Amino acid sequence: MVELRDKLVLALGERDGIPAPALRACIESAGGRVIYEVTQCFV
Amino acid sequence: MDLEEQGSIQRLVEGGERERMVVLLGTPTAGSTVMVALTLTEGDPSYAGPLAGVPLGLPVYHVLEENVKRAIPSEVYEREIGPMEFVLDAPAIVSALARARGPASDR
Repeated sequence: MVELRDKLVLALGERDGIPAPALRACIESAGGRVIYEVTQCFV
Repeated sequence: MDLEEQGSIQRLVEGGERERMVVLLGTPTAGSTVMVALTLTEGDPSYAGPLAGVPLGLPVYHVLEENVKRAIPSEVYEREIGPMEFVLDAPAIVSALARARGPASDR
């Protein structure tokens, strides 16, 4: 299992995949801290 | 990954506490996953951005990987990721990321 607790996490989402706010919710619920967050869009 | 984003991440990582940093991806395809993973481990493969020739060596995971899913409370995962879990080609994304990590990796 990947340990996210107490990690500093860069959340790189994508509009056509999983957006960054959803990644953030997962990371924070697992005890990690988001230090960078972006949702890329290539349209 | 655009050039401005590469620069922002480089400054952030080189600013400190790199040993605590990990990357979590939500990229939609095997190709986009590999491009971002390579950029943040070995350097920008297109040699266009600030991370060209800069191997940050960050651990990179995708949110669809089973060992990531197990780290997240199931009700949160189902609410936030669930709908897309069945739309995206998770096996292709996961195997492409494993190849990008290389044979020496145990992740």
